[in-house]
Amino acid sequence: MKNPLDSLSGTVICGFIVTAILWYIARTIVSHAIGAGA
Amino acid sequence: MTPSTDWFFRWFHILAGIMWIGLLYFFNFVNVEAVKQATAAGEAAPISKYVVPRALLFFRWGAVVTWIFGAALLGGYLAPNGSNGFVAAFTLQGAMAPIGFGAWLGTIMLLNVWGLIWPNQKKILGFVPATDAEKAKARRIAFLASRTNTMLSIPMIFFMATGPTSMSQFIYR
Repeated sequence: MKNPLDSLSGTVICGFIVTAILWYIARTIVSHAIGAGA
Repeated sequence: MTPSTDWFFRWFHILAGIMWIGLLYFFNFVNVEAVKQATAAGEAAPISKYVVPRALLFFRWGAVVTWIFGAALLGGYLAPNGSNGFVAAFTLQGAMAPIGFGAWLGTIMLLNVWGLIWPNQKKILGFVPATDAEKAKARRIAFLASRTNTMLSIPMIFFMATGPTSMSQFIYR
């Protein structure tokens, strides 16, 4: 399997995918904190 | 952090960050392909001798300065729960989680620069002795570390630039 980081387009696409995953995790943390009144 | 000092740390954090990430993008979006073409034409030596060492100097120290000013900026703030901003960000506490993700990504990228990219570039550029096989291995490691940083810069800049505002629909509803 080809390493996506070998191409610039693969690198950028991976970056957007990681952004979406981390955004979802951060949103979950923030939502829980707001719900807990923190 | 008071408004009288916040501007100073924020300004230099962004200035140094542009230096660091700008050179990272130069390496990945411009230099890799340019060196490939120059090598094929037998003209890569001046790039390795005059351009890359100078770019790496500002690149690796730009990373350090960016991190120090960013850490100082975070440390000067109090989190909503009253804890120190630096600690709250790195432990992903509540509303500090978004900027915390940015801080962690920036820290991983800094460690990548000093732990993988620079030591391997020193072998590639001949600053430390290395056999041809070691140079080939170093070239691959440095390339992948640099590409990893380019990939991580995308979420890092997202969280740095947007901070909690990307979560505003959850915070301010």
